[in-house]
Amino acid sequence: MQQAKNLKEYRAELREALGDEFLRQAMDKFARFYPGARARAFAGMDVDGLIREIAEAKDKAAARMDELYEQFKAKAEAAGVKVHLARTAREANEIIAAIAKENGVKYVVKSKSMTAEEIHLNDHLEAEGYEVTETDLGEWIIQLRGEGPTHMVMPAIHLSRYQVADLFSEVTKQKQEVDIEKLVKVARRELRPRYIEADMGVSGANMAVVETGAIGIVTNEGNARLVTTLPRVHVALMGLDKLTPTLAEGLRVLRVLPRNATGQAISSYVTWINGRNECAASPDGKKIMHIVFLDNGRSALARDPLFSQVLRCVRCGACANVCPVYRLVGGHRYGHIYIGAIGLILTYFFHGRDKAKNLVQNCINCGACKAVCAAGIDLPTLIKEIHARILDEEGHSAPSTLLAAVLKNRKLFHSLLRTAKLAQKPVVSGGYIRHLPMLLAKDQGFRVLPAIAAKPFRDLWPRIRPEVKSPRYRVGLFSGCVQDFVYPEQCVAAVNVVAGKGAALDFPMDQSCCGLPVVMMGEIAAARDVAKQNIRALDPGKYDYILTLCASCASHLKHGYLKLLGDDPAWAVKVRQFADKVIDFSSFVHDVLKLTPEDFRKDGGSVTYHAPCHLCRGLGVKDAPRDLMRDAGLDYKPSEEEEVCCGFGGTFSMKFPELSAELLAKKLDHAEATGAQTLVTDCPGCVMQLRGGLEKKGSPMRVKHMAEILAQQIK
Amino acid sequence: MNENRNPVELFEEKAKAVSAVVSKVASMREAVAYALDVCDKKQACQLLVSGCSEPLSEKGQALCETKQQKVIAAPGLSPEFFADLEGSARERGILCIEKGMRDHLGGVDIGFTLADFGIAETGTLVIISNSEELRLATMIAEFHVAVLPQSKIRETSRDLEAELVALTSVQPSYTAFVTGASRTADIERVLALGVHGPLELHILLLED
Ligand code: SF4
Ligand code: SF4
Repeated sequence: MQQAKNLKEYRAELREALGDEFLRQAMDKFARFYPGARARAFAGMDVDGLIREIAEAKDKAAARMDELYEQFKAKAEAAGVKVHLARTAREANEIIAAIAKENGVKYVVKSKSMTAEEIHLNDHLEAEGYEVTETDLGEWIIQLRGEGPTHMVMPAIHLSRYQVADLFSEVTKQKQEVDIEKLVKVARRELRPRYIEADMGVSGANMAVVETGAIGIVTNEGNARLVTTLPRVHVALMGLDKLTPTLAEGLRVLRVLPRNATGQAISSYVTWINGRNECAASPDGKKIMHIVFLDNGRSALARDPLFSQVLRCVRCGACANVCPVYRLVGGHRYGHIYIGAIGLILTYFFHGRDKAKNLVQNCINCGACKAVCAAGIDLPTLIKEIHARILDEEGHSAPSTLLAAVLKNRKLFHSLLRTAKLAQKPVVSGGYIRHLPMLLAKDQGFRVLPAIAAKPFRDLWPRIRPEVKSPRYRVGLFSGCVQDFVYPEQCVAAVNVVAGKGAALDFPMDQSCCGLPVVMMGEIAAARDVAKQNIRALDPGKYDYILTLCASCASHLKHGYLKLLGDDPAWAVKVRQFADKVIDFSSFVHDVLKLTPEDFRKDGGSVTYHAPCHLCRGLGVKDAPRDLMRDAGLDYKPSEEEEVCCGFGGTFSMKFPELSAELLAKKLDHAEATGAQTLVTDCPGCVMQLRGGLEKKGSPMRVKHMAEILAQQIK
Repeated sequence: MNENRNPVELFEEKAKAVSAVVSKVASMREAVAYALDVCDKKQACQLLVSGCSEPLSEKGQALCETKQQKVIAAPGLSPEFFADLEGSARERGILCIEKGMRDHLGGVDIGFTLADFGIAETGTLVIISNSEELRLATMIAEFHVAVLPQSKIRETSRDLEAELVALTSVQPSYTAFVTGASRTADIERVLALGVHGPLELHILLLED
C-alpha cells in the first residue's frame, strides 16, 4: 500500500524501492520475458480487432449497468442466490460480515479478489472476529507477511525463494528447504485443512453473465474451485463493471485476458457457477450462496464521458507489465491497492485524492500501457487528466502556475529564454552547462544539460530560408522550443535535407512551445491557450504538411490538440485539419519525399536507434526511421528494448531524477552493447537525455538527431 | 491460424503444450485399464508428490495420515464400467469409490472422469461438474484422468457457444473448463504444478 503523505516522502519510498536489488532483478526478468510471450500467445489473431470489440462491448455494458444488475439479480435470485448491491466499501464489508454472522461462520477461506482488496475485506472480517485465510499461493505468502500485493497477477513477485522458505519454516515450525517445488507442496498441504474447516468461502469473479445468471471465475491454481465447493457458504464479491450481457462477450474477454496477463492461451481453470449447487456440508445439502456487487464509485464513473472507459478494465495487469516506471519501483510504489497505470487512476476514484496525488505525478507518459491494454483504455491521458483535476481541487503549485503563465505568453517566454542564455554564461563550457547552481543541480548529476544556443533557430531563419522553385509541397515547420533555442542545428539540418528535395519551407514566427510541458504538469487551461496560438500561427489552410522534428511535439500536435480542442465548436474543424497535416520528420522524408538510396552517400558508419515513445507508440511510426537509416548508407544495428523509454519525459526527469537516471542507464547500456558509433533518435528531448548521459559517462558514442545524420549523408 | 487443422490433432498439441499427458484409446475399457495402470505405477509411498513427505505443521501432518491406501475416485461412470474398474482395482489393492468424497479430503490418487466437450484451440476440457462428488474428484485428486470422446472436440469456444450457453444456464450448475494441471508461478515466477488441484492431467482421447 502506498503510504507517503507528500512528494518528499514519496521520493524517499521510491529510493528505497530502487535499492531493492532482488525486486529490481525479478521485475526486470519479467519485463524482458513478457513482450515475446504476449506476442506468441496472440500469434495469428487479430488482437486490435478483439480489443476494439471488447472496448465497445464494455462501453455498452457500462452505459446500462443498472439495468444489467436488475436483470442479473432476478435471474440469480430465481435460483435461490441472494444478490446484494453495496454502494460503498463499508457497506460491502458490512453485508459480508452479516452473512458470516447469520450463518454462524468461524473460519473463512478466500480466493484472490482485487475487489476484496479494494474494500480491505480481510481487515474488516478479522476485526469482527473471523479467521481469514488467503488460498492463492502468492496472496497467502503476503498475508502471512502482513503485506499488500505487488502485482495484480503476481502478488509476491518481490519475494525470493529464501524469504518464502524462512516464512514457511516459521509457519510450520519445521525447517523448510529452499526448493520452490517443495515449498509449493508444503503450501498445498498446509492450505488443504483450511478449506476443510472453513465455513465460508469468499471469491471474486471475472464476470457475471446476465443471459445465463452464472458467474465466471478464472484461476490457475484451482483454489477458487475449492473455495467455492468445500465450505457451506459461498460469497462472491465483484464490481458492477463485471456484468456482461451475454456469454459470448464473456468468452471474448477470456480469449484476451490470460494472453495479455501472462502470455497464456487460457488459465488452467474457468469455472461457471449458477445457483445453489450441491454441498454436502450445508444443512439442506445445497450451497448457501450470496453475490455482492460493489459500486464504490463505479456507477458515477459510468456517467463520466471521459472516465467511463476505466470500467472496461479486465484486470489483466498488462499495463503494469510494460510500465518502465513500475518496473523500477514495484507495486507498493506505483499504486495504492490497484497498481500500474490503471492503479493510478483507480486509486483516485476508489481510494481518494490523498492516496493518488503523489502517484499520478510519477507517470512518464511513455504510452506503453495504452499500447498493450486489453480494453483499449487511453491510460496516460486519463492519468494526466487526474493530475489536472487534483491540481484544480487542491490548488496549483507555484512552479506549475508560473510555467503556465509564462507559456501562455510567447513573447515573455522567448525573452526569458534569451535572458537565460546570458545568465548561463558563467556556467557553460563546450555547449553544456557545467556548474549548475546547487539549488537546481540537486540530483541532476546523472547527465549534463545542454546550454542554450548562441542564436535560436528563429534568428537564423531569415538568413538560411531556402528558395525552392516550383515546390512539390508547401510545408510549415514547427520547431518546438528545444530545437528552436537549444538545438537550432537540428532544424538547420532538416532544412538542408528537405529543401533540396522540393519542399518549400515556412517558419512562422508566432509559433510557441507545443504545450506538452503544461499538460504534464496538469495545467490544462494553459495547454488549450497555447494550442490555439500555434494553430493560428501555422494555419493549416496554408500548408500541405506541418512538419516537426520533435516526436513529442508531433504526437501532442496531432493527438493532444484534438483532445484539448476537439469538443470546442469554435475550434473543432480547424484543429482536425491541423492535426491531419502534422507529420514527423522521418515519415515525411521516407513516406512523402520518398528519398531512396540514390539520394544518399554510402558508408556512413554504424548506428543504433532509440525509438522515442511519442514516435513509435504516440504516432505508430516504426518502420520509416529504420528504413531511412539503411537507405542512407548507414549500418543499422538494432539494440535491445529499442522502444522502451529513455527516461526523459520533460519535467519528469526534473521531478524524479533517480528514476530518470535508472531508465537512462539501461537505455545507454543497451545502445553501447551494439558497438555502433552513433546513436540516432527522432526527438530533441531524447537527444538531450541520451547525449547528456553519454557525455557524463565519458562514452565515445555520439548522439545525432535523424535530421543531422541524414544531412551528413545526403548527396 | 488454425484453419484446416484437424481439431483432434490441434487439441492434442495444445493440451500437451500446457503439460497434459495425452493418449488415444479405442474403448472405455481401455481407458479404465489406463487409469488403473497409472494408479498402480504411482510410487509405493503414493503421497510423495503432493507434499506429505515435506516437514509439515501438526495440522497438515494429521490430514496426511487420514490417507492409508491408494484410492481411485470415479464418480459419474456408468454402472457397467464402474463395476469393471472396481473389480480390477480390488485385485490390486486399490480402493475404488464413486461417492463419499468428503471422507477423502486428505487426497485421492486418481480422479477418473468423463469430459463433456473439448476446445482444441486451447486444449481445454469442458466438464459438467454439477455433482459435488465429481467436482471434488477433479479437485482433490493428485492425478486427474479424463476421457474425452473425439467427436466432442470443437475448434474454438465460439464453435461451442450454444452448448455453453445451455450448460451454464441450468440452475443450479457448475461448469468447469480445465486446461492442464493446477499451476502457479507465484514464487520467483518459476512454474510449479499441482499447487491446489491435480499435479498431472491425463487426457484419453476416445475414438467414437
Ligand atoms: S504512460 Fe508509461 S509511465 Fe505512464 S503509466 Fe503508462 S506505461 Fe507507465
Ligand atoms: S487497464 Fe487495460 S492493461 Fe491495465 S489491467 Fe486493465 S485491461 Fe489490463
